[in-house]
This record gives sequence, structure tokens and C-alpha cells, in this order.
Amino acid sequence: MFLHRQVIDVGIFAKLFGTKERRLQEQKYKIGMAKTRGGSLSNLKAALYGAKAIDDALFDRLEEIFIMADLGVDTVVKFTAALRAEVKKRAITVPRELENIIVDKMFELYLQGQIVDANIPYVEGGLTVILVVGVNGTGKTTSIGKLAYRIKAEGKKVMLAAADTFRAGAIEQLKIWGVRVGCPVVAKNEGADPSAVVFDAIRLAKAEAYDVLLVDTAGRLQNKVNLMKELEKIDRTIRRELPSVPIVTYLVIDATTGQNGLSQAKLFNEAAKVTGIILTKLDGTAKGGIVLAIRDELGIPISFVGLGEKLTDLEQFDVEGYIYGLFADFFD
Amino acid sequence: MAFENLTSKLQMTFRRITGKAQLNGSDIDEMMKDVRLSLLEADVNYKVVKDFTDEVKELAMGEKILKGLNPGQQVVKIVNDELVKLMGGETALVNFTSNRPYTVIMMVGLQGAGKTTTAGKLAWFLRKNHAKKPLLVAADIYRPAAIEQLRTVGAKLEIPVFDKGIDIDPRDIVKLALKRAESDGNDLVVIDTAGRLHINETLMDELVDIKKIAKPEEILLTVDAMTGQDAVNVATAFHAALGVTGCILTKLDGDTRGGAALSIRKVTGVPIKFSGTGEKLTDIEVFHPERMATRILGMGDVLSLIEKATEEIDEHEAMSMMEKMMSGKFNFVDLLKQMKMIKRMGAFSGILKMLPGMGAIADSPKIDDKQIVYIEAIIHSMTEAERKNPELLERSSSRRNRVASGSGRSTTEVNRLIGMLDKQRQMMKRMSQMNPETAEKAQSGMLPGLGGPIKQTPGKGKGKGGFRI
Ligand SMILES: Nc1nc2c(ncn2[C@@H]2O[C@H](COP(=O)(O)OP(=O)(O)OP(=O)(O)O)[C@@H](O)[C@H]2O)c(=O)[nH]1
Ligand SMILES: [Mg+2]
Repeated sequence: MFLHRQVIDVGIFAKLFGTKERRLQEQKYKIGMAKTRGGSLSNLKAALYGAKAIDDALFDRLEEIFIMADLGVDTVVKFTAALRAEVKKRAITVPRELENIIVDKMFELYLQGQIVDANIPYVEGGLTVILVVGVNGTGKTTSIGKLAYRIKAEGKKVMLAAADTFRAGAIEQLKIWGVRVGCPVVAKNEGADPSAVVFDAIRLAKAEAYDVLLVDTAGRLQNKVNLMKELEKIDRTIRRELPSVPIVTYLVIDATTGQNGLSQAKLFNEAAKVTGIILTKLDGTAKGGIVLAIRDELGIPISFVGLGEKLTDLEQFDVEGYIYGLFADFFD
Repeated sequence: MAFENLTSKLQMTFRRITGKAQLNGSDIDEMMKDVRLSLLEADVNYKVVKDFTDEVKELAMGEKILKGLNPGQQVVKIVNDELVKLMGGETALVNFTSNRPYTVIMMVGLQGAGKTTTAGKLAWFLRKNHAKKPLLVAADIYRPAAIEQLRTVGAKLEIPVFDKGIDIDPRDIVKLALKRAESDGNDLVVIDTAGRLHINETLMDELVDIKKIAKPEEILLTVDAMTGQDAVNVATAFHAALGVTGCILTKLDGDTRGGAALSIRKVTGVPIKFSGTGEKLTDIEVFHPERMATRILGMGDVLSLIEKATEEIDEHEAMSMMEKMMSGKFNFVDLLKQMKMIKRMGAFSGILKMLPGMGAIADSPKIDDKQIVYIEAIIHSMTEAERKNPELLERSSSRRNRVASGSGRSTTEVNRLIGMLDKQRQMMKRMSQMNPETAEKAQSGMLPGLGGPIKQTPGKGKGKGGFRI
């Protein structure tokens, strides 16, 4: 799970193919991510193996490949600059040798010299509230269903709160997930104050000694001031009810999202401090590279990835697996 | 090493190439680098950007710098015009059938793109503007509570929803729905299908089958405006499987630049027909290539505003309206015209700011379409004489009551409208006597009628403040 700089230097490939389980997990990411024929990063291998020299043309090509993965213009520029510097420093001339450097640098970009822990930071011996936020349609409600299933499997007592009181059918939708997982759902009527739902749910969860309360919120575009204020209010309500314990806030980002993901992360983080990102829909052809830009620019880590619509289609984020997925074609 | 704000970078380039008589090759090259970055930042597909900038470069090469125009502006104009041309073009909005009792529209797209909401909006839009009698069909049996959602949408809009629960194949739902449409006399059927990945063969096959069954006049791909580079893959796959007839870009009320619109159009040739601009069920607009071009390019400059002005508003109409307003003889007939103008241009149209008293509207969150409808209803319930001579209504409460019951609105609303007209007349009269500077100050704080003074919210973009139904 954790990865130190030193470990990377030992050799990323040894690490990648270390154990059978790891290999299996990588396989899962690959299934999720490598379906784009002729698009995106599938060209990386071709670019490196086809090039005669490390020149501007090759860097242009690399830039294209990274942009196509939605890494974000600024991050790509920064990243290719770092690559150029490294090539110069190590006096590398054979394109294929770039392979290692790219993977290495990508790890560096994500880890930033820190130990990144994707585990849910539970509150010991008390109620952990997990607030799930994001723009419309990214997969918040589905991810809550999957999270609840996962947390319950760890032997914890889980409750859901239907604080999306706005979107038609949202409460009903969460209730169906509640039935599937087998956990209670606290809800009021459509149109009710979301903070009031959260308030009631926390009181009930505390009274009945629940371990985890997952709060579903309405999708909102980050530039809508009123709606972001509403979110701040929900966040305040939780903090008031549970002073001096950390609140877990997950921002759900759809892997198809482009540059706007950055703006989402920035503004949601301002309204309710974001603990980590859930990157959904990685089972499609989009790579969700914008999360690397988010990590790069805002320091927010990725906690989980969504790989389908079933209860079990949620994986803890694993940077090795993810980067492996991005560069899957290297290893065919 | 990271880029500064690209717009300011562009401005720098403009400055460098200002003051020359002709654009030379290296100027254009320099310019195109910036345009390229701007487009990439707007999420336009990498390959599309490449082709596009190459094409525009050739175009610009032949151009002389027009007198009175800043060369930088002219390049932007060329780029902008090209974007508009690419995303626009002659296409029928919706092809209605003539050889069977109903027209069928099929909504398709990825999960979470906004199909269900948009299906409702579209049915509402076509009922309102084309006097259609729509039936919404719930063919999403997969997502929990999807049917529930469509039912709620239908109920809010008072549009019937056909559903058969989730224990039935979507193909059969569609078959039954078409029969129902025929027997109930619905001349428009909008099918809400489940969101699916373009690489899920089983589910794509389901859509192909539904297409065979329903023979839709329109297959509309719903795409989230925030989509990044993958938009091309998605659109290409849906188009290849189904022969998509149009695209709807949703969530355009966000702060995304929306480059997906350009990518999709350029790669598949599928026209963008509508845009979703909010969470209210009336927040749907016909797609405006000009606005989209400006947005993608990230340069809403005066030039395009003036262009738009001449395009979207009949100058005569505007002038005579202005004279009327200034003279203080502004009556309900004029107000109605004004409303129609606003409606036609969209509340955010830059031109609105040029109309006296309208500055505040232009900067305010979108005017509720509903309110305009209500105001229209009230005015339509007045007699010809009352419309031209508002005093008649001011003096007689029985007239006001009659108008209220005729329009189905409350007397309070009728009174408010009369008050609003009066205020506007007085303000205009005063303004026509002021010097221009004071006049500007006077209008900025005040919006006659329409829900009182508008609170300005900080930030840019449109649709701030989440005015929901
Ligand atoms: N393929 C795939 N689909 C997903 C994934 N996560 C969610 N979805 C689908 O995306 C759609 C939207 O998911 P929701 O959970 O309703 O999204 P939401 O963010 O709660 O939506 P709103 O509450 O309307 O803002 C549904 O059809 C989900 O089944 C994923 O990881 N992969
Ligand atoms: Mg939801």
C-alpha cells in the first residue's frame, strides 16, 4: 500500500511484478482501463519503441499521450519538463530508457515524497461520519452503496443518510442501496433541509452506537454559490455534532471529466475540506488523469476507484495499480 | 514552467502583433501556439486541436489586417468564426415525422450524463414550442429508482410517463409504449434509456434493438459538458452503433469551457442541438454555436458581442423600443415586446446591457422562464385598450380582478405587474433627463419588477445561485 521513494529506486518493475496478488489486482485495473484501441496511452509503447532519438518530436508525442489521458495541461507541461531535466541529468539517449523514468516520475508526482494512506481514517471507538460530495451524476449514491457494503464487511455497523433531498428519486435510490447492503437509511421528505436530515441521522447513529454514517448529498456544480453554501452548512452541522473528531469527506469525480475536475476539487475543498477522491467509472475508456493534476496542484489524494455498477465494484486506490493501468501497454 | 492564465498570455501575443499591416507566418505560428493551448485547456481533443489549428493557420495566412481592427482581434475573429462555422451549420432542430401518428426521440449516453432530466426538459420544450403532446417512456430498468425519477419529472411537468417497472425487457417496454402513445393520441414519444458504457456490447446491442423497434426520428446523445478527451471515443462509439442524429450538451451552467462540443462535432459530424443550462426542468436552450465558440476560446471580447448584437436583435426594433421607453409612453404592448426580445436573446446576451434599465437583468441569475410566461399570460388577458393605456387598470380594481381571473394568476401578481410598468416608465423618464453617467448609476441597482432588486452574486459564469424549481 505505501511506497517510499527508496522503494521506487529499488526498481519499479520488480515491485510491480512482486507478488501474484499484486499481479491480479493490476489485471483488474487493466480490465478497467486499457480498452481504448488506438487511443490515449496505448500509443506510449509505440512512441518510445518507434523513436530513433530523444528529441523534441518525441517529447511532443509524449505530451500528446499524457494530454489524451486528461492529465491536465499544466501538469503535463510540468511533467515533461521534469522528464527533460532527468534525461539531461542522466545523459540518456535511447528512447526506451525513458520507460523507467516516466513511471518513476509519475510515482513521484503522485507521492510527493509522502506516505499516502488510502484507508478510511475511522474514529476509534466512536462514530465516523463520511460525507460524500460532488457534481451531478458522478456516482455519489452508487459509491455510497459500495462503500457501505465494504465497511459492513469489515464488521462495522453502518447507517446511511439521504441528504440529497433535491433530485427526483434520489431518496428512493439510496433506500434501494440500503436494502441491497442491509443497512438502515435515515430520510425525510423530498425538499427537506439536508442539514436537518444529517442532524437526525447523527443523533440516531450515536444513540444506537453505529460505527459509520455515510451521508449522500445532492449533486451540485461547484460554481453555484448557494448550493456550495448549503454544503458548508451540512459540513458545519456535522462538526457541531461531532466536535474534535475528523470528518471524512470524499469528493466523487467521474473518470471522463476533463480539466474541470481541478475546479471541482478546488471549490469543493473550500466548502468542505476534502479527505480524498473517489474516482468512478474507470471501467470505461477514460483514464481519469485529472486526479493526478488534482494531487499535483492541491495535494488531495485518491482513496477509492469505481470499476462498475455492482456492490463489489469499488477498490481501494493503489497508486501502483493505477499507474500500471495508465501504462498497461508496456507490459503486454 | 507551468502556464500563466492563457488568456493573458494571448493578450501578450496580441500586443506583440498589433500595429502591423499584414499577418506574417511567424506571427500566426506564435498565435496558434496560444490558441492551441487555450483549446487544450478547454478539453478539446488533442487531435482535433491539431487539425483545427492547422486549418485556421492556412486561412489566416491569406488574410490582410482590416483597417480599424487590431490584428490580434482579427486572428481571434478568424479563429472564432471558424469555430462557429464548425459547430453551427444548417440542421433541423428536431425532425418531426409525417407518416405515422407520433415522432420518437431516443435519449442515449453514458451513466450520469443527464439523460432523464434532459428527456423531461426536451418534452417540455417541444410541447411549449411545437404544441406537441409528449409521452415519456421509462426504459431504464437498471439504475435504482431511475423510473421513480422520471415519474417525478413527469409529474412536475404534467407530462404522462409510461413505465412497466423493472421486471421487463426494455425492448418490450418500448413496444408497449408505442401502442400506448397511439391509443392515447401522443404525437411525441421520448424514450429515456439507461446510461451505459459505449464498450458494453450487451447494452449497446439493446439500444440497437430499441432503435429497430421504435425507428426513432431522432437519436440524441446526451454528453456532459465537463467531459475531457474521452468525449471523442464515446461519441464515435455511440454514433457507429446507432447513427446518432444530434447531441445535447448538459451542465453548461457550470464553469467548464466545454471543448467536448467541438471535438464531437469535428470527429463525428453530429450536430449539437440543445444545451442544458440548469437543474430546473425548463433550463434547456437551443444550442448557440456563437456562444459556445466564445466560451471554448475563452475570449468573450467586445468584438463578438457587437457581432452578436447585430445578429440577434433587429436594430429598428431596439431603437423604437428605446425611444418608447425614454418618452415615458411605455405600455403593456411594449413590455410584451420587450419580454419577447429578452426571451429570444437569452437573459445573458451581452446586448441586454446596452438597453437602458436592463443592465441589472443581464448580470442577474437567469430570469425565470416561468415568470415571463406568467407575465405574458396576464398581459394577454387585458383588453387592447388596457394594454395601450395602463391607467385604465390602475384606476379600476374590477378590471384588475378580471385580468387576474382571466390569466389564472393572483390579483397581487397583476398589481405587481402594473406597479412594475409604472416604475419602469418613471425611471425611463427620469433617465432620459439625466446625463449619461448618472443614468448608468441609476439603472445598475434597479431592476423593474421581476422579483424586486436583484442580489448580485460574486463569481463569473451564468446560472449562479441555483434557482431551482
Ligand atoms: N460504469 C460505471 N458506472 C457507474 C460507476 N459509478 C456510478 N455509475 C453509474 O453512474 C450513474 C450515476 O450514478 P449515481 O450514483 O446516481 O450518481 P450521483 O452522483 O449520486 O448522481 P446525482 O445524485 O444525480 O448527482 C448510475 O447509472 C450509476 O450506475 C462506475 O464506477 N462505473
Ligand atoms: Mg445521488
